[in-house]
Amino acid sequence: MKLTKTLLATTALTLASGTAFADGHMASDMTLVSWGGAYQSSQQNAYVAPYLEMNDGVSAVWDESSAEAVAKLRAMNEAGSVTWDVVDVVAADAIRLCDEGLALEIDPDEDLAAAPDGTSAADDFGDLLVSDCFIPQIVYSTTFGYRTDLVGDTAPTSVCAVFDTEAYPGKRSLEKRPINNMEWALLCDGVAKDDVYDVLATDDGQQQALDKLATIKDDVIWWSAGADTPQLLADGEVVMGSTYNGRLFAAIEEQKQPIGMLWDAQVFDLDGWIIPTGLSPEREARARDFIKFATDTQRLADQAKYISYGPARASSAPLVGQHAELGIDMAPHMPTDPNNAQNTFLYNYEFWADYRDDIDAKFQAWLAQ
Amino acid sequence: MSDATMLAADGTPLKRSLARALRRQKLRALGLIAPLLIFVLITFIVPIASMLFRSVENQIVENTLPMTVEALADWDPNAGKTPSEAVYEALYFDMFLAAEAKRHTRLGTRLNYEQTGVSSLFRQSGRALDDIGKETQKPLEELNNAWKDGETWHGIFNATDNADTALLDLQRKRVAALTGSPASDEVNFAPDATLYNLLPKTTRAYTAWAVYTATQQGRDPATRDPWEAVATALALDLRTADLSAYSGPGADLLAEAQTADLPVPAMATAFADMDEDWAGATVWKTIQTHSSTYTSGYFLNAVDAQKTPDGVAWQPDDKQILLKLFGRTIWMSLLITFSCIALGYPIAWLLANLPMRQANLLLILVLLPFWTSLLVRTSAWKVMLQQQGVINDVLVWIGLVGDGDRLIMINNQFGTIVAMTHILLPFMILPMYSVMQTIPPSYLRAAKSLGATNWTAFWRVYFPQSVPGIGAGSILVFILSIGYYITPEIVGGTKGVFISNRIAYHISSSLNWGLAAALGTILLAAVLVLYWAYDKIVGIDNVKLG
Repeated sequence: MKLTKTLLATTALTLASGTAFADGHMASDMTLVSWGGAYQSSQQNAYVAPYLEMNDGVSAVWDESSAEAVAKLRAMNEAGSVTWDVVDVVAADAIRLCDEGLALEIDPDEDLAAAPDGTSAADDFGDLLVSDCFIPQIVYSTTFGYRTDLVGDTAPTSVCAVFDTEAYPGKRSLEKRPINNMEWALLCDGVAKDDVYDVLATDDGQQQALDKLATIKDDVIWWSAGADTPQLLADGEVVMGSTYNGRLFAAIEEQKQPIGMLWDAQVFDLDGWIIPTGLSPEREARARDFIKFATDTQRLADQAKYISYGPARASSAPLVGQHAELGIDMAPHMPTDPNNAQNTFLYNYEFWADYRDDIDAKFQAWLAQ
Repeated sequence: MSDATMLAADGTPLKRSLARALRRQKLRALGLIAPLLIFVLITFIVPIASMLFRSVENQIVENTLPMTVEALADWDPNAGKTPSEAVYEALYFDMFLAAEAKRHTRLGTRLNYEQTGVSSLFRQSGRALDDIGKETQKPLEELNNAWKDGETWHGIFNATDNADTALLDLQRKRVAALTGSPASDEVNFAPDATLYNLLPKTTRAYTAWAVYTATQQGRDPATRDPWEAVATALALDLRTADLSAYSGPGADLLAEAQTADLPVPAMATAFADMDEDWAGATVWKTIQTHSSTYTSGYFLNAVDAQKTPDGVAWQPDDKQILLKLFGRTIWMSLLITFSCIALGYPIAWLLANLPMRQANLLLILVLLPFWTSLLVRTSAWKVMLQQQGVINDVLVWIGLVGDGDRLIMINNQFGTIVAMTHILLPFMILPMYSVMQTIPPSYLRAAKSLGATNWTAFWRVYFPQSVPGIGAGSILVFILSIGYYITPEIVGGTKGVFISNRIAYHISSSLNWGLAAALGTILLAAVLVLYWAYDKIVGIDNVKLG
């Protein structure tokens, strides 16, 4: 172990010293970690390409590892060689990385750009700054899509249609994890929205949610990749299913599938950047510089041209325009649009940080029964 | 002849000369394979061993809360009382340092595996700790401005002649263990032994702060103001310290502080105010139960049991899943192995007995799947087997099944078995083929000419000779399938997933690497036991890979 550490450390040192000389204060190479696909290209178009244009001699490479970012960063940190400069993760992962000491703490007012009207970054992001290490980019939601041709004459308007197999026979797809599903089950079992997490914190409440899910267990196809539900809907395997709203937007507007959006009880979640700990000062300075640019008001609004996720800054919302290729107005497709956000749910990070291991074990045991 | 030893040409005994030559040969051979050996050792054996070692490792608790663990050792968890004030005090000082080093949340994550809620308890307590210290730091600084100055503190606690190096080394060790980075740099401070006697808590807290500041932040403790925990320690010490005989640096400052009667926080109450969980016994039981350096806890968790203050107990019924998954993994791997034998044997026989041209073509068909991505092959099965898929469409079209009751062939065990049998089939066919190629066709003809029926000739003559191929193929397929992860994840649904899916979850999602390592170790042990059983029953010499 010692030997490998030394080897890795010396390699890292050689590499670091090599890049340090390229620029007096900031490294000239960046490794950006993201999710790949349409989301990553929206980032490339909205701020990575402009940033590289502004900064001559700087280059950026992508690593599509966000799904395993927490585990990989931990392994890199233990080996003493962190090769990533900025990492795109969901908020729950950012909280864990912060807890593990793997992500740098950020001071929003110092490290992030203020809004054009002078509002401080901390106020502009507001409640969305859910962790000391996390810089939010977008608000996305996990919500339902349904096959317009398979639901009969009355299209579903409530999330409880998922549990109503009489009115809407056929399979449904749900994510193979307790998060979101447990909340929806309780909501449709008569629990008031404000009480959901209090109920879910008790053994009885967890059982109640599982019992509710059990009523449709035979009709559910459980997915683990975000692309599953759009595929299942397109093939007609399921009549409705949950996934990220951007995936449904792509299926509806870009691929013209007969799919409708069911925005009711959509669960808001956040995605954003973290800067790993253990970077050399030059690389850290570059990462901070990039983040400051990439999360300013205009850049976040630009991103919405390429993907239907809401910008995390309040000041970006009025700037959201039309889709870059389709030329349609993006505002009505944003999860944060008032029409879509009539009944929403905010992912409770604190709750799931505590209960995730426990409820996941129960959920998986219930699935395997 | 009697005492004459055989001598080599140079006069040394032949035996010794031969041994030397052999040894040289062996060394040369070892030298030749050394690069590979070292490579395998560094990149394969060492990482795997260190990963498996995590299944028992548990230093994090005593590294993060060393004094608490020690103070908690003689607390009786079943007496129905919370620990003494001394334990809360130890927790305060441990937690303070850990929070400064941002390690308390890591421990919170670790203990959250055992008790739900510890994660946020530790995160919030780490934030609230500063407030306790401020309650004493402020009055102290108001009492005399000198306490605001880092040099005052350094002047008092830095030793002029009789330094307590043992205390300094202890704090160095503590900081190094906590942060995981060495703390051996020059500190520009040595604790004074006299003051350590008079004000033990303060001297210890100040030394810990000085070591942390100098070695982890690279700052000079002489010029900086110590953190709040040192002021708190001073207030605690001054309650009982007898300073009448003390005349060293800062004697009058200390005397002034002692007469001023600084507010002393009651730690138990302060922690209970932070979060009521601290006032209960549960969280303390968890810390005490899981405080040993090495733990069997992960292995117990891996078999659906858990470590409790009262010994080993089963997990609650609604959380038991892992044993079931182990059983399912082995059972389904066996099924897959047998279906591979059933499907592969005739193909291997054909390959071995067809004329060269056709055999080559067939071999290419067998190898073709190897050239396609695993994910593509698995996803192709999805298209084939799903309810609106190819097979169901054909069945409905020819009228074998009605449109309303299409067969469910995916997202269950059937889907996993079909897809994995397909994916692993080449690993069965190839060893069988290479063994069957070496069986001379004349044996079968001889058996028949001696009056055996086709079946007898096959069963008594041909089959026994092909067993080494079956053995090799079975071992390959079984071991590969027992660790399979991505195919069950995609087509397995709820009943077709394997234990490796849980291992993957704990590695990448829950970050419970200890449990993942324990599961992996058990899986490895199971494979070794099965291998041993195979050797006993069939004999490993009977296996031929080519």
